[in-house]
Amino acid sequence: MLSRGLPTLLSVGLIAGAVAQEGPNLGVPADPEEVAAWDIDIGPDGAGLPPGAGTVAEGEAVYAIQCLTCHGPEGNGQLNDVLVGGHGSLTEPAPVKTIGSFWPYATTIFDYIRRSMPYLTPRTLSDDEIYALTAYLLFLNGIIAEDDVMDAQSLPAVVMPNRDNFILAYPSN
Amino acid sequence: MSEREPNNLEVVAGNGLLHRRLFLTGGAAALGAGTLGQLTAARAQEPPPWMRIPGAPMTGHGSRARYENHVQRLTMSVPGTDGSGGSRTPIEALEGMITPSGLHFERHHSGVPDIDPDAHRLLIHGLVDRALFFDMDALSRYPMVSRIQFIECSGNSRLTGLAPEPVSGTCGELHGLISCSEWTGVPLSILLDEAGVDPSAHWILAEGADAAAMTRSVPLAKTMDDALVAIYQNGERLRPENGYPARLFLPGYEGNMSVKWLRRIKVTAAPMMTREETSKYTDLLPDGRSLMFTFPMDVKSVITSPSPGLELAGPGLYQISGMAWSGLGRIAMVEVSADGGASWAEAALSEPVLDKAVTRFRMAWRWNGAPAVIMSRAVDETGAVQPTRQSIISAKGTNFMYHYNGIQAWRVDADGRVTNVHV
Repeated sequence: MLSRGLPTLLSVGLIAGAVAQEGPNLGVPADPEEVAAWDIDIGPDGAGLPPGAGTVAEGEAVYAIQCLTCHGPEGNGQLNDVLVGGHGSLTEPAPVKTIGSFWPYATTIFDYIRRSMPYLTPRTLSDDEIYALTAYLLFLNGIIAEDDVMDAQSLPAVVMPNRDNFILAYPSN
Repeated sequence: MSEREPNNLEVVAGNGLLHRRLFLTGGAAALGAGTLGQLTAARAQEPPPWMRIPGAPMTGHGSRARYENHVQRLTMSVPGTDGSGGSRTPIEALEGMITPSGLHFERHHSGVPDIDPDAHRLLIHGLVDRALFFDMDALSRYPMVSRIQFIECSGNSRLTGLAPEPVSGTCGELHGLISCSEWTGVPLSILLDEAGVDPSAHWILAEGADAAAMTRSVPLAKTMDDALVAIYQNGERLRPENGYPARLFLPGYEGNMSVKWLRRIKVTAAPMMTREETSKYTDLLPDGRSLMFTFPMDVKSVITSPSPGLELAGPGLYQISGMAWSGLGRIAMVEVSADGGASWAEAALSEPVLDKAVTRFRMAWRWNGAPAVIMSRAVDETGAVQPTRQSIISAKGTNFMYHYNGIQAWRVDADGRVTNVHV
């Protein structure tokens, strides 16, 4: 039920005057362990990356099972987002914006796969599998070597080719 | 020309545009016989059948007239899915400033979640003194505000605006990622103040409770200024496809940032560079660089009637009707041209004209039956003028994808058919 009690109106007048705002202080303190379970974000500096690691070869095997149907062999050729290639195409009439050609941060790959993919079964991959998939996609894009291992230290150190080609229209800090 | 036309129609611009006084003084009622909704009802039996028997009973929740069921959102899904993608508001079939909730455009990244409001909580954490949970019961007890404001997807209009040749489609198909509602909710600043924001914080990350757990970074200044945790839409609880039971609402900002099904706000020092703010919603320029964090939606307008699919029945008086909006403030003026931009005249703005809301404009037009090109141009209170398509493309190329706000032109053929044209 939404309305167990009447709305608390004591501060409405203050809001109308755009002076100060005050609520009824009904927030319930969150247990740090619960917060940790909800907080799955990875920052561009690698903050939030979990323990674990993955290789290109491991990623290729996971990709074949979890990703290939929608994204095609080697990240290309199916109807959904193209993940690989497009390098040098951003000034062309039909740019191909992929992880390799466009994404500014490698950490975003881990963050996005972990929260949203696979499309039909999100939140089912292990952290090792996500590191492996990230490594495979970076390898296919020619950004890391075939024997590189992705983990909480190596992933944030990857420099994406398009990293310096973004102009901030709003200051980042 | 009909004998029923009002007298003293003052021509104010080329090709038959008439002074907006016609609308401001109530004279527009006389336009009824000549507007798109022609008086087409056939002479029927008298009295009509619905006056001969009692009507239908009362209902617990109303629905629209069955004759209006053809007015539908147009859905476009991502391949292989039925819940990812978007649907467009059929703006050519609507009037006024408010979008009916059932026709509000949609943009989802993993379908519409079926959220039990009793099991839904909002977590605020990160750079705060105390991490807090709020359930819906708690949120309902906070002081709320109501605002009539638009949401526009920043990809709106690009299908036609950035195409080399004009794309055929209805006004809604081409420009229907815009909707305007009364949103009611709790100012986010109250909740952030309760959690105690650390001075080192400059951004927040908002996360939705959909299967994509979609996230966007938002400047803290915006959240403290006018952001809402919206709970009601047009007086009723949010529709599921608009974020039930709670959504972030960021007036004037690109729609993707008003995260639906809001479950978590993390207060941060810097943006998190999520997929949605890096690989998507960045504007690729001709030199290969991209603009990032282009948040406000710029001033824009479109004529919704006449528009493709709505035909003019013959020469005579017509009402040109359209929508104007700006993410920067109020609409100050809308001008209309009926001669392809050679001359312009000021349209009547329908009250109320509100901050970051859709404003309805109307213009009286005596169509002489010759081919014509009609277009609208909006100006907002900051002085920003809606640009031409060509000036946008000259400055930003055709690859930027987002925040296209060029002037839309419709061609009216001699037979009354309306098509999309580039001018």
